[in-house]
Amino acid sequence: MIRRHVTDYNLVLLALVLSLFGLAMVYSAGQTDAPTAVASVYKKQFIWLVLGIGCMLVISRASVRVLDWVTIPAYALTLMLLAATLVIGTGAGTAASSKSWIGIGGFRLQPAEFAKITVVLMLARTLASRREAPKSLLDLWQPAVVVLIPWVLIMLQPDLGTGIAFIGIFFAMLFWAGVSWPLLLLVASPGISLLLASSEKLWGGWFLLLLALILYYRPYLVEGVALVIANVVMGILAPTLWNGLNPYQQKRLLTFLDPAADPRGSAYHVLQSQTAIGSGGWFGQGFTDGSQKRLGFLPAQHTDFIHAVTGEELGFIGVSVVLTLFLVLFLRTTNIAARSNDAFSGLVAFGLTASWLVHVMVNVGMTLSLMPVTGIPLPFFSYGGSFMLASWLTVGILLRISSEGRGRADSMAL
Amino acid sequence: MSFHPNEIARRARVASFIILGTFLFLVSAFFRTQVVHNERFALKSQQNRLREVPLPAPRGIIRDRHGAVIAENVPGYSVSLLGQSADSLRATLLRLSATVPLASSQIEETIRKYRRDPTRPTVILSDADFAVISVLEEHALDFPGLIIQSAPKRAYPHGSAVAAFVGYTREITEGQLAAPQYADYEPGQQIGVSGLEGQYEKLLRGQEGTRFIEYDARGREVRRGAGGRPDLAPLGAPDLNTNIDLALQIYVADSVFADSLVGGMLAMNPRTGEVLALHSAPSFDPNWFIGRLSDERYNELSSHPGKPLYNKVVQGRYPPASTFKLATAIIGMQNNVVKLNDRMPEPCRGGFMYGNRYFKCWEKNGHGDITLSRAIEVSCDTYFYQLGIRIGLARLLDGATAMKFRERTGIDLPGESAPQWPVSRDYFDKRYPRGWTEAVILNLSIGQGENDQTVTNMARFYSALATGGMAVRPEIVKGRLEREQIFQLTTEQMTGLRNALAGVVSATGTAGSAAIQGVVLAGKTGTAQMPFPLADHSWFVGFAPADDPKILVSVLLVNREHGYNAARAAKAAIEYYLKQRTVQLVDTEGQ
Repeated sequence: MIRRHVTDYNLVLLALVLSLFGLAMVYSAGQTDAPTAVASVYKKQFIWLVLGIGCMLVISRASVRVLDWVTIPAYALTLMLLAATLVIGTGAGTAASSKSWIGIGGFRLQPAEFAKITVVLMLARTLASRREAPKSLLDLWQPAVVVLIPWVLIMLQPDLGTGIAFIGIFFAMLFWAGVSWPLLLLVASPGISLLLASSEKLWGGWFLLLLALILYYRPYLVEGVALVIANVVMGILAPTLWNGLNPYQQKRLLTFLDPAADPRGSAYHVLQSQTAIGSGGWFGQGFTDGSQKRLGFLPAQHTDFIHAVTGEELGFIGVSVVLTLFLVLFLRTTNIAARSNDAFSGLVAFGLTASWLVHVMVNVGMTLSLMPVTGIPLPFFSYGGSFMLASWLTVGILLRISSEGRGRADSMAL
Repeated sequence: MSFHPNEIARRARVASFIILGTFLFLVSAFFRTQVVHNERFALKSQQNRLREVPLPAPRGIIRDRHGAVIAENVPGYSVSLLGQSADSLRATLLRLSATVPLASSQIEETIRKYRRDPTRPTVILSDADFAVISVLEEHALDFPGLIIQSAPKRAYPHGSAVAAFVGYTREITEGQLAAPQYADYEPGQQIGVSGLEGQYEKLLRGQEGTRFIEYDARGREVRRGAGGRPDLAPLGAPDLNTNIDLALQIYVADSVFADSLVGGMLAMNPRTGEVLALHSAPSFDPNWFIGRLSDERYNELSSHPGKPLYNKVVQGRYPPASTFKLATAIIGMQNNVVKLNDRMPEPCRGGFMYGNRYFKCWEKNGHGDITLSRAIEVSCDTYFYQLGIRIGLARLLDGATAMKFRERTGIDLPGESAPQWPVSRDYFDKRYPRGWTEAVILNLSIGQGENDQTVTNMARFYSALATGGMAVRPEIVKGRLEREQIFQLTTEQMTGLRNALAGVVSATGTAGSAAIQGVVLAGKTGTAQMPFPLADHSWFVGFAPADDPKILVSVLLVNREHGYNAARAAKAAIEYYLKQRTVQLVDTEGQ
């Protein structure tokens, strides 16, 4: 039977509106009183957008079967590129101190941006191959390894933002694969222990809760023991781990915990971002007229902190429009995952949605000091060629999954 | 089955609610920041970029009685720096020190100034010369936050001639800023230090203006009058009109006090207290203090043996010597123990024996048997020893206290010293616990002993002699006339005293060489004895014309021996003043 493929025009339209909005903000970000190189990046960004739309058109022609087929070679290529990045990679722009970019011909690409897609594909393939949802920790070793290898490579760059995105993707896809809440919590428990290690009381409370959870869920004995050991190690060795962090990472984390502690140091950026957003009011200071941005008080205004430009110049109304567009996009892509014909398609669609969601949450939260400064870009907005290409590749994949799915593309999951 | 459609739909619903919740949370967070706390952040954003640069106000111009300029403002340049932090300021200053001569102590001082008020541009050079300015203008882009502005600069066209009363200005010190009375001052502002500049600081200061300038994150000036806020122009202070006669002042400073004389002179109108001239020698150039007093100049001033910064007119205290004899005479007459024609029991044979001690008269050969009038003319010590004994210690102490020999005059200059005079017998008990004799009265009655007076206070006392008992407060700036009757004498007695004072400056008196042709000068010499090996101080206080006094001069010359040296100095000033007045009168009538 020949399926009639319906193109999800509204998905493309949403992505296009977000991209054009983003392009306008990148243009505005360059409008400073003392002209800098940022003044002309919107032109490059436009070219990347055109290229991205081209990629979207190409990839949307490839059926999900083809995607499934290229998953393993693509994942292998990704690992190689990430490994190569550690050797020949260079820093750039606002992330000058890390090794995230590799030059290919005249271009400089960020393999980590594409890794987010290939890891989603690989994880989807691994999880979809099982008949049953993973029921125990031992069942999870395959998906864990799929994520852990690129995660380690990325954290070595170091690129904390992408690292956080991987963790978000991993948990979201386990959820979609049907892993139960208690098991998710057990998987996350060492991480939670680490976060709570700073306070003995909090960690003690968490540890008691964990023991109760283990008794309720009744994992294998080995697993239970391993969990307890992992939590103890994380809770007690955390100070040691903390000392292993780069000073700038420590600083950023501390900054996140108390931005007012060091207003001229690393918290300076967040304070300036908050000031820019807060001064926007309902309607903002007007497109291209934000004074914090114009006078150079706003850091990385075309990349990590582009949302602060929106906040300063277009106010609460502008911010709400952007967030609503993202909300509609994510509900729509969640629905694509729900409508998908097979487990692989659904997992890919939801994994890609989760990846975007983590980006928006962390990036937007960061501009208001709700999240640590991790250098994670805002999809369709932040200047950056690789991420623009990757985002539109994602649109292409989602478009294909949508067209192969059941039911009306226009409905939402809610 | 983990991928059953119902299961998937349930997960999609859960996921959608999580997504929706996340967005509601983010939107409410933005609402809180952008709408609820908008004002706070808008203010912060404004503070980030708008800086208030102070525009210094020109100080009030100080003029003499005819409107001639004593202190004015000339265009100058100040260099200041807007800092982001103490560290960035230090770095910029270190780089600046390659272009501008800056000592490391200046850099630290500048950083302390910054810490006191980080929002205010920190003044580095309050008076930079043009060469420095042109170099800085060239490199302005290398020094973000550098503010070069024209600032009115204090100037004293007659410099050292007026230093004794005009004082000087300089940048306010850290110590002053910490004091509560300077609460409304900011670091880098100029403040009047001594003289009229200090005394009338409130009137002379003016009101600083403000310029609103928009700065970018690197501290570079973007535009002025930003945010539609025009400059608030500084308000200059009104002129300060003084009683000084600048021509006389310059004559006194340059001609009378030539020849490296050390001492002080006050010339005033004895009826009104208007100070016509006030000079302390050696002098200094107050222009040296403008901007920054160089170390060399500081050393020069502090190591000079004549102590240029010590005002010999209002601060210096010296035994009044024979100029005090008039006080003794008046106390005697008021107590009816002596008349102008009275003679003392013992004629002057060059000294006087009191108890077992011999008190010398300055004239070894003796003055013979003379009256009070003659004793004043020739300044006979023997006569006044006996007059003092006749008055008695208690009456002498009370009489001089009543004539304000223990009180400051209240001249409008800062730092006037209080004169010293024993208030009662207790003073001697305390000072000489091992006992003292009534012999102190002999020293006191000739102006020696426990008696130290300022040049200013002697001028006040003689103003009473010139006007029939009314002592007047000397004042440099026209203010409230303050006169007080300090003694009551009959007209004959007053005339007699005045004639005696005129006799001093006559062929038969002690200051015959100071006589002025055509004008009767009345006055009294004094020779303050100093312990060996120091030379005596030379005093003269007098007024002219004797019958209708227009000018009174009180002068002290340090280590210049006999009083007639001071008398000649006073004569020169009085003569100059009276002749100049005559010429002016002719001029006025000719119009």
